Amino acid sequence: MDFTLSHEQQLIVETVRSFVERELYPHELEVERTDRVTPELAKNIKRKALEAGLYAANMPEALGGGGLDAVSMALMERELGRASMALQMLVARPSNILQACEGEQIDEYLLPTIRGERLECLAMTEPGAGSDLRSMSTRADADGDDYVINGTKHFISHADLADYVVLFAATGEEQTARGPKKKITAFLVDKGIEGFSVRDGYHSVSHRGYHNSILEFDDCRVPASKVLGDVHCGFDVANEWLSATRLQIAAMCVGRGQRALELCTEWAANRRQFGQPIGRFQGTSFKLADMAMELKAAELMTLETAWRLDRGTMRDEDAAMAKLYATEMLARLTDDAVQIFGGMGLMDELPLERLWRDARVERIWEGTSEIQRHIISRALLRPHES
Amino acid sequence: MKILVAVKRVIDYNVKVRVKADGSGVETSNVKMSMNPFDEIAVEEALRLKEAGTAEEIVAVSMGIDRCQETIRTALAMGADRGILVQTEEELEPLAVAKLLKALVERESPGLVIVGKQAIDGDHSETGQMLAAILGWPQGTFASKLEFETDSVNVTREVDGGLEIVKLKLPAVITTDLRLNEPRFASLPNIMKAKKKPMETLTPAELGVDVTPRVTVVEVVEPPKRKAGIRVESVQALVEKLRNEAKVI
Ligand SMILES: Cc1cc2nc3c(=O)[nH]c(=O)nc-3n(C[C@H](O)[C@H](O)[C@H](O)COP(=O)(O)OP(=O)(O)OC[C@H]3O[C@@H](n4cnc5c(N)ncnc54)[C@H](O)[C@@H]3O)c2cc1C
Repeated sequence: MDFTLSHEQQLIVETVRSFVERELYPHELEVERTDRVTPELAKNIKRKALEAGLYAANMPEALGGGGLDAVSMALMERELGRASMALQMLVARPSNILQACEGEQIDEYLLPTIRGERLECLAMTEPGAGSDLRSMSTRADADGDDYVINGTKHFISHADLADYVVLFAATGEEQTARGPKKKITAFLVDKGIEGFSVRDGYHSVSHRGYHNSILEFDDCRVPASKVLGDVHCGFDVANEWLSATRLQIAAMCVGRGQRALELCTEWAANRRQFGQPIGRFQGTSFKLADMAMELKAAELMTLETAWRLDRGTMRDEDAAMAKLYATEMLARLTDDAVQIFGGMGLMDELPLERLWRDARVERIWEGTSEIQRHIISRALLRPHES
Repeated sequence: MKILVAVKRVIDYNVKVRVKADGSGVETSNVKMSMNPFDEIAVEEALRLKEAGTAEEIVAVSMGIDRCQETIRTALAMGADRGILVQTEEELEPLAVAKLLKALVERESPGLVIVGKQAIDGDHSETGQMLAAILGWPQGTFASKLEFETDSVNVTREVDGGLEIVKLKLPAVITTDLRLNEPRFASLPNIMKAKKKPMETLTPAELGVDVTPRVTVVEVVEPPKRKAGIRVESVQALVEKLRNEAKVI
């Protein structure tokens, strides 16, 4: 077993780390306090990311992307994860699902998104359908050569900034052993067309400056050419292309955890109470030891899963375990980190309170912790079912 | 014009350097190594000269163990065109490096050599000067600005009294100071391209240079630890201690 990073991978890590420290960290406090990234700042960061070739690093080289494999990508996500969500998303990694684009969709959606001219968002969740996506009520009814879409999506990340949405809607129903289930189709829907509106969403405790929106479809008509993948096969397209997203979350949590650990190690070594650095008290030092150990475990799981993805041997439960462990690790780690800082840990002068708040959403989106446990246990028990 | 840039593999500037238990040197195993920061500035300056059309080719050279290739690859990832490693296990002193560089200058005939003003490990600040001397070339050391004319370069130097501008006839040797530029990070496409760029490996013997060390290191020790301060009761006590104990006033 060889865990050595290639020299290229080391350089990628260094480049992304420098980018994060030079171009993103300096703006974090402003974003936290104003809950907003100004359009000028966003434009600037995006331009620099494009110049450094970091934009769309996950996309194939032949399409103008960076062509990174999953392990290199996980390393890059780890480094980007250190910075605030609202800022790091400007170094865009277009959703892999766009690689399912065919024909004119390639020039209209895929390529301009890789070039940074367009931005996508992804809409599955509805007020009535979260974990249970197949119960969604947004419908796309065939009408001649068109589809007519009706329904509401909520919690849709950065739909305020996006130019178009990868929308999942029901195009039929089928009878299954567990009752009737929706057949789902994915569509590419441009913002600004008739019958499609985007409203402000809710204010989240995590990820200030990175907003979620409510999408309303009211007799919104799109041609059949906007179907992404095959009709009724929306989840097949999603499963084929979106497994890397859980890995991305795991990697970003590792990066954030590393930043939090660095901060509190330095604090523990320098903050003095009762005549000595607080790191000399076992109550502090053992916390540090546990943090470092869990962080390492999460990182190994993440990189091993990425390595499997590169070889085509990643199973559903691998990505679930990495996502589950890394997100729960980050919750424990940032909570302990705040404890080590005492009152200062809660003040926004340091990035720690942000890391602590931001950690919360990671156990909920991209499949809750419970859903990940469900995936893992299902894989364990399936061979024993008669 | 062709530019030769020298890049040295040193302990990363962020690492807290530790002295080996036996006092024979500093600990380098399991320690992060990087390109000497002043050499990054040298590479950056060469890249800017190429982008401005003043230079056509940038050759990055390093000397030392096999792994110095990584430092050269970093320079290639920043945008240098090709690399040369002079491979040796020998501990290289500034004069040996200067002689090796001279041999490479004779092979490559560059119009300009850019090196860091010093390496952050040995802090010698000698190599560039020695190289200029043995080549018989003009030198512009501690450069904070370069302005090229047809066959000369104006070098702004940071000296004690302020800034000094010297005009050097090309070919010349430049050593870089901190304020010359802010080095770029290697872009992702360049990182991927670096592996395909040519890299040549030579030995001191092939270049006809004797690199036997002339200096023996007797001992390496850590700097003394700073003692904790004390609190004095009054201004008089402070003045008294400054005068009689610290003997600074
Ligand atoms: C900030 C933010 C941004 C988001 N961005 C997007 C986006 O861009 N696009 C998008 O489509 N969605 C997005 N989401 C939605 C996200 O994916 C959902 O929140 C998530 O899937 C959970 O759905 P829910 O919130 O409706 O919770 P529910 O599914 O209602 O779950 C509530 C609780 O019940 C538990 N539960 C549900 N089913 C089971 C079960 N079978 N077994 C055990 N426990 C169960 C859950 O684990 C959870 O604890 C975002 C969410 C947030 C918070």
